[in-house]
Amino acid sequence: MALLNIRNLTVKFATATGSFTAVDGIDVHVDRGEVLAIVGESGSGKSVSMLAVMGLLPDTATITADEMTYDGRDISKLSKAERRRLIGREITMIFQEPIASLNPSFTVGFQIEEVLRLNLGLGRKEAHARALELFRAVGIPEPEVKIRAYPHQLSGGQCQRVMIAIAIASNPRLLIADEPTTALDVTIQKQILDLLMKLQEDYGMALILITHDMGVVAETADRVVVQYKGKKMEEAEVLNLFEAPQHPYTRALLSALPEHATGDRLPTVSDFFQQAGA
Amino acid sequence: MMGQDIPVVEGRAIVRDYHVPGSIFARGRDVRALKGIDFRVDKGKTLAIVGESGSGKSTLARIIALIDAPTGGELRIAGEAVDIHRRRPGPALRSKVQMVFQNPYGSLNPRQKVGDVLMEPLVINTSIPATERRDRAEAMLKKVGLQPEHFNRYPHMFSGGQRQRIAIARALMLNPSLLVLDEPVSALDLSVQAQVLNLLADLQDEFELTYVFVSHDLSVVRYIADDVMVISKGEAVEQGSREALFANPQHPYTQSLFAATPVTDVEAIRTRVARRKAARAAVAG
Repeated sequence: MALLNIRNLTVKFATATGSFTAVDGIDVHVDRGEVLAIVGESGSGKSVSMLAVMGLLPDTATITADEMTYDGRDISKLSKAERRRLIGREITMIFQEPIASLNPSFTVGFQIEEVLRLNLGLGRKEAHARALELFRAVGIPEPEVKIRAYPHQLSGGQCQRVMIAIAIASNPRLLIADEPTTALDVTIQKQILDLLMKLQEDYGMALILITHDMGVVAETADRVVVQYKGKKMEEAEVLNLFEAPQHPYTRALLSALPEHATGDRLPTVSDFFQQAGA
Repeated sequence: MMGQDIPVVEGRAIVRDYHVPGSIFARGRDVRALKGIDFRVDKGKTLAIVGESGSGKSTLARIIALIDAPTGGELRIAGEAVDIHRRRPGPALRSKVQMVFQNPYGSLNPRQKVGDVLMEPLVINTSIPATERRDRAEAMLKKVGLQPEHFNRYPHMFSGGQRQRIAIARALMLNPSLLVLDEPVSALDLSVQAQVLNLLADLQDEFELTYVFVSHDLSVVRYIADDVMVISKGEAVEQGSREALFANPQHPYTQSLFAATPVTDVEAIRTRVARRKAARAAVAG
């Protein structure tokens, strides 16, 4: 059974020039322990649909869906208190800019212990001990020292590890990672992806990975949803997607990868849409 | 034969120090961002500089583009030693070397119309009359795949890829021989990245341009470069032709970069999927 099931999700934004449809009738589901990658370029609505699930969209957004359930419960009908119990505990999220996601005025230790105390009701000492344990689990070197550091004293990769530690603190069943490695160097990206995959397997969490990078998809996903301009273009098992992409847009994305260049020129997306007559 | 020609740009033992000021708690100290870099690029070729953040690759790009002065070593443009510390580069030298920056959202003045962006280098460095400046700007817009009617629009009316085209057009207005490109496609979407890389390849052929291309993305480097320099902590750890470097990377740092680059090869995915299935079956069983 699907852990998260969304059918026909539409998100509209009220703008000065009228209503803008960012997500247009998207279906997404993720099973327990599954890694789903949502791929798209900027403006494809890949982040917006997950922000809608988390309830993180501004008031200008209108969200409609035929179904939006987590573990059989209707998310849209939850009271604020019920939603708070769900979001941040069972469903957690990490973002693209790890340094910007942390509060610069507090130590990273304070920020993770705050989550442990408020969300899990741990005492001060317990929270501290658990925070150290989590820092070790996500591979932060010298956790006893780093727990007293402010975000600006850590590197981008270390900040993302702190964010991951906060996100897994409550043993979530679903972790949503929105471009978690886009701001990081390629060697650090590899470490963070390996860490996410290891935690995903150890904890048996489901993972939704939002990315624009086909390389990241190839290294992590079980199943892939390709989005373009708010619509779903294709959904497939990762191997099928790379082996035999069905939709012209997916084919275009894959062949625009510089490592797939065969001749002097890289094929572009518009080349493919012209071929397909779309 | 090519080897005997004078290289478009050449660096010998380029060093750059930055001074980190002290405070009541710590003494000021010097950080050596570049520790003696040698390179040369021949006409019509592309040298890619690869490295991670903090490696000094952008510092080197700024020195080559005559924006910053090196602390030590010698930079030669078309065979002539250049020291911008002693003498500010004049219009002739500025016309030879131009730069394109990473973020086209930050590198264009939001209050300047595209036409003015393109004509400004001509106003500052040449005495070309206004009507001809306009003609040249409109011609350049077409060259980079934009329309002459874009002349009177502001940067915010363009997408990221179009803005990077504008930045490239501006850099080409003075007919430079050398273009320094600092991560020109890393802020762009994949499909737009392909278009801009194609454009750069076309322009290089048409104007016989020489590129110094700074990037952290090995797949882009493999597509565009003739020669590659891998730089780590201010040192060029490996230098060579693209073919040699990609076929057989020597330095451990280069090898670690290759190992970390995601593989989109179908066989690799098949292996990974199979491994995950096996691991799951083991847990279930």
